Amino acid sequence: MSPDRLLFLLPLVPLLAAVVAFVAPGWSRRAGLAAATAMPPLALWTAMGVLESGMLSLPLGGWTAPLGIALRADGLSAVMVLAVAVVGFFISLHAAASFPGAGVQTHRERFFWPLWLLLLAGLNALFVSGDVFNLYVCLEITGIAAVSLVATAGSPDAIRAALRYLFVSLSGSLFYLMGVAILYGGTGVLDLVLLVEVVAGDPPAIIACLLMTGGLMMKTALFPMHFWLPPAHSSAPAPVSAALSALVVKGGLYILLRLWFGPFADLVGDGAIQWIGGLGAAAIVWGSWQAIHQPRLKLVVAYSTVAQLGYLFLLFPIAWSAADRTAAFTGGVVLLLSHATAKAAVFLAAGNVLAAVGNDRVPSLCGLSRWLPVSAFAMGLAGVALIGLPPSAGFIGKWLLVVAALEQGQWWWVAVLLLGSVLAAVYIIRLLGPAFVMPDSDQPPNPVSRIAEWTAFALAALSVLLGFVAIWPARLLAASVGSGFSP
Amino acid sequence: MTGSTVDLFLLVGAALFALGAAGVFREVEALRRIIAVNVMGSGVFLVLVAIAARGEGPPDPVPHAMVLTGIVVAVCATAVALALADLSRRHGSSADDKADR
Amino acid sequence: MSSSAFVLLGILLSSFATGCAIFFLREGSHRLRTGLNLAGATVKILFVVALLRGVYQGVVYQISFTVAPGVTLALGADANSVFFVTLSSVLWFWTTLYAVGYLEGSPRRSRFFGFFSLCVTATVGIALAANLVTFLVFYELLTISTFPLVVHRGTRKALRAGRVYLAYTVGGGTVLLLAVAWLQSIAGPVAFTERGALGAVVDTHPVQLKILFFLFVAGLGVKSALVPLHGWLPRAMVAPAPVSALLHAVAVVKAGAFGIVRLVYDVYGVETAQQLGVLRPLAILAGVTIVYGSVRALVQDDLKKRLAYSTVSQVSYITLGAAVFGPLATLGGIVHLVHQGIMKITLFFAAGNYAETLGIHRVSEMDGVGRRMPWTTIAFTIGALGMIGVPPLAGFVSKLYIKQGAIAAGEAWVTLVLAVSSLLNAAYFLPILYRAWFLPPPEAWPAERETGRFETHWMLLLPPLFTALMVVLAGVFAESGLSPLAWARIIAGREYGP
Repeated sequence: MSPDRLLFLLPLVPLLAAVVAFVAPGWSRRAGLAAATAMPPLALWTAMGVLESGMLSLPLGGWTAPLGIALRADGLSAVMVLAVAVVGFFISLHAAASFPGAGVQTHRERFFWPLWLLLLAGLNALFVSGDVFNLYVCLEITGIAAVSLVATAGSPDAIRAALRYLFVSLSGSLFYLMGVAILYGGTGVLDLVLLVEVVAGDPPAIIACLLMTGGLMMKTALFPMHFWLPPAHSSAPAPVSAALSALVVKGGLYILLRLWFGPFADLVGDGAIQWIGGLGAAAIVWGSWQAIHQPRLKLVVAYSTVAQLGYLFLLFPIAWSAADRTAAFTGGVVLLLSHATAKAAVFLAAGNVLAAVGNDRVPSLCGLSRWLPVSAFAMGLAGVALIGLPPSAGFIGKWLLVVAALEQGQWWWVAVLLLGSVLAAVYIIRLLGPAFVMPDSDQPPNPVSRIAEWTAFALAALSVLLGFVAIWPARLLAASVGSGFSP
Repeated sequence: MTGSTVDLFLLVGAALFALGAAGVFREVEALRRIIAVNVMGSGVFLVLVAIAARGEGPPDPVPHAMVLTGIVVAVCATAVALALADLSRRHGSSADDKADR
Repeated sequence: MSSSAFVLLGILLSSFATGCAIFFLREGSHRLRTGLNLAGATVKILFVVALLRGVYQGVVYQISFTVAPGVTLALGADANSVFFVTLSSVLWFWTTLYAVGYLEGSPRRSRFFGFFSLCVTATVGIALAANLVTFLVFYELLTISTFPLVVHRGTRKALRAGRVYLAYTVGGGTVLLLAVAWLQSIAGPVAFTERGALGAVVDTHPVQLKILFFLFVAGLGVKSALVPLHGWLPRAMVAPAPVSALLHAVAVVKAGAFGIVRLVYDVYGVETAQQLGVLRPLAILAGVTIVYGSVRALVQDDLKKRLAYSTVSQVSYITLGAAVFGPLATLGGIVHLVHQGIMKITLFFAAGNYAETLGIHRVSEMDGVGRRMPWTTIAFTIGALGMIGVPPLAGFVSKLYIKQGAIAAGEAWVTLVLAVSSLLNAAYFLPILYRAWFLPPPEAWPAERETGRFETHWMLLLPPLFTALMVVLAGVFAESGLSPLAWARIIAGREYGP
């Protein structure tokens, strides 16, 4: 069977598992773990297919565009799907390990699995969608699943944060949908590849571009639309925080990349590109500054996400006029992967701290290296990736961006990238410093599951090891250059 | 349908969208914001329907399909929002109760 | 895998694998950990011996690995790398032995020795790096792996020192990253090449290259403790003695100085650097650092702090040697890389012994210590006299060549710097020696420990004696074919054109 035919399995497998988990709660954990285990091979298969043929596409039910829905995967999709599969796998393991043992099913776990699997299905569908309306539907599915997952924490803070997140998410999607409507009104086309040909620089297209960009900025929490992210990401349960920061916010970014470097490429001038980069730079400085001053571990990490998303927006101006666009894109994508793995690791480790100590105030981290050596190590390794120190993937990503920017003489982005690293070092050290203090007792107040510790470690190790194989995403991206779909 | 009617629908749709958006950002109370989001959604749907009706001959089915999908999504989202708002209200009142005692 | 790759990776992995394995050991498995440590160190030395033999027979060692578009990690063994890798692997062995003895019975040893091994991995990586990106990767890895060692004790003071250390080194690393990336955007990926790797770019971008040179110096100067970037070094003295020894003699400071040597000779090329006019300012910076460090050392009562400021001063001899144009000065600077290493490590080993055995931390407490611990004090004396430059010890040889080189290059002021520095060296070391040997010991030592048969634990005694012996041998047999000087002569010969 050719990998094209298998594209629909990517969303379908987690979706079916979600249905099973909802209908038969007793089976939910098993269904979740089974789907999580099946996803990495599927994603790998997709990636191999992309490497071989440049692009995969599957018209669902045999109906082709404009009537039917086409699933499509190129190098960028394959990288994202792989990230979802691998990070999703470890998050699932952590979730399974951190809920109470078999036989006891809490209210929280009852709802966690179906929603989490729905989220995975939505993300996978998003990354293989080939048209702008389909992307809207996927955005909504992931948004609603993500909001509900935040609410599973159950605390008043979490509910309030979830509600706020929901409003931002819904209005962001509607902005996007309005843009889709106008775009369709002007061109009669929804397909991303066909749109590239027909979008002209007329006012409706510009309005559509503005609306869609604005909506996606809200969903991606780009500064100054980031206000909803820290409360939502910090009050959710640990696996959910990890998934939100590592994967969900990347969905909006992915669509923005597709649009700006695809259909809107002719509308977007140098000015707009510099503007969105400027917002990214502001996000880096503001997010890092806030992260430095937060009293709680999870808030530090959440603000760090605001900052790290800023880096990904620097990709826009740096890749825009790069001589070697693939190299710059590789930098951005490697940075994205590094952040996905490292941030998931830190949030999972933070969950372990919370479970062990009962709170996550920064001073409570004293003694961490004695109580939870594996989690402390995971935070250290992930911290290395977040700062962007070699040999981590964070370093390779930043390096590629810095070199690309210097080659074009865009030194101001270099300054921002380097400043961001220094600020990141400050907030990471603030977390890790206390970890080296000797605690009074040898045992943490509450025991933590070993699997929960090692999943965080595995993700952190990945974020470093990826630095050695950054050539793989580069190959995937290069494989589909010129396929009409890829940036 | 004539061009001017379509334009009117487009304009009303855009106005509803803008009103709704303003509501989402300005209102504080959850219920009002939920209604505002729905107003926003209606605006988008109206625009889509108007786009379908443009031109000669039978209306374009694709925007209709989009509106139908959009309505389904909006219903789900509203349900989630109402549930969350309800939870939030209950949490809020229980906290207030404790404070009263 | 070819045998050349096998040897290079073997040198790296012998400590990396050891480190990773040690992290997973339980705290109690003392014997296994010690065994692993010493086995790793021994295996590394064997690999280095194989490398030396191969290089001597003319084998070209080179492996590379592309990690991302335009980013290639490459290891190789040119004359410079062989020199530095030999130094660090030999000294690592003795430092490990010393650390095992020093930390006996203290907590968190698995973590300590894990990072200790990573630290040496990073150092040999710096030595073997064949291009700038690889150098940068290992340079930063060194920062990461030394931080946990500096804060090892977990006290407030240690944490504060760790933060200062990181602030300096991360800042320096960022500047270095900028410099490397900028240079790459001008000249493409830079591989270390004898007599310079810049080629035609020198004529097209002279101004940018001048700015870049000082960016590089700023980035490397943090680790090599050039004034005014030296502030972290005295503070980092809160770390346990083996860490100080490692920081000062083998790893961090050395990595910075080695980086400057690489920069001058194998990135710019000494002739190009001279032509760009960047050597003179670097020499002046080094001269200022030498005098400043010595003056500050003079007024420290804390023994380790005095040694720390002495390091600030002594390491800059290497920079000075590199910055004075001419083969003689090059020879002196490069050979000081080894000579300073063995002398300073001896001093730190001895200082650690005083602290560990008798509880002596201050110079003023050292009265008569030579009678209680004669062997340690003999080692200390040899190290101190070597630092002053008393013939025929190692320090004399390096100073002699730098001085002759300076005269040959017409930089007479350098001889003045050397003379002042030697006087100051004498002024801060001789009083210690006087106290130790000629003043009567106190009634009771600050915190004396039971030590068994020898004056202190044998694992603490053996390393300083060995390194002190090396100080003597490197000086006395400087003219033999196996001495560091002979090797440095080969390097210096290659860096200058016919």
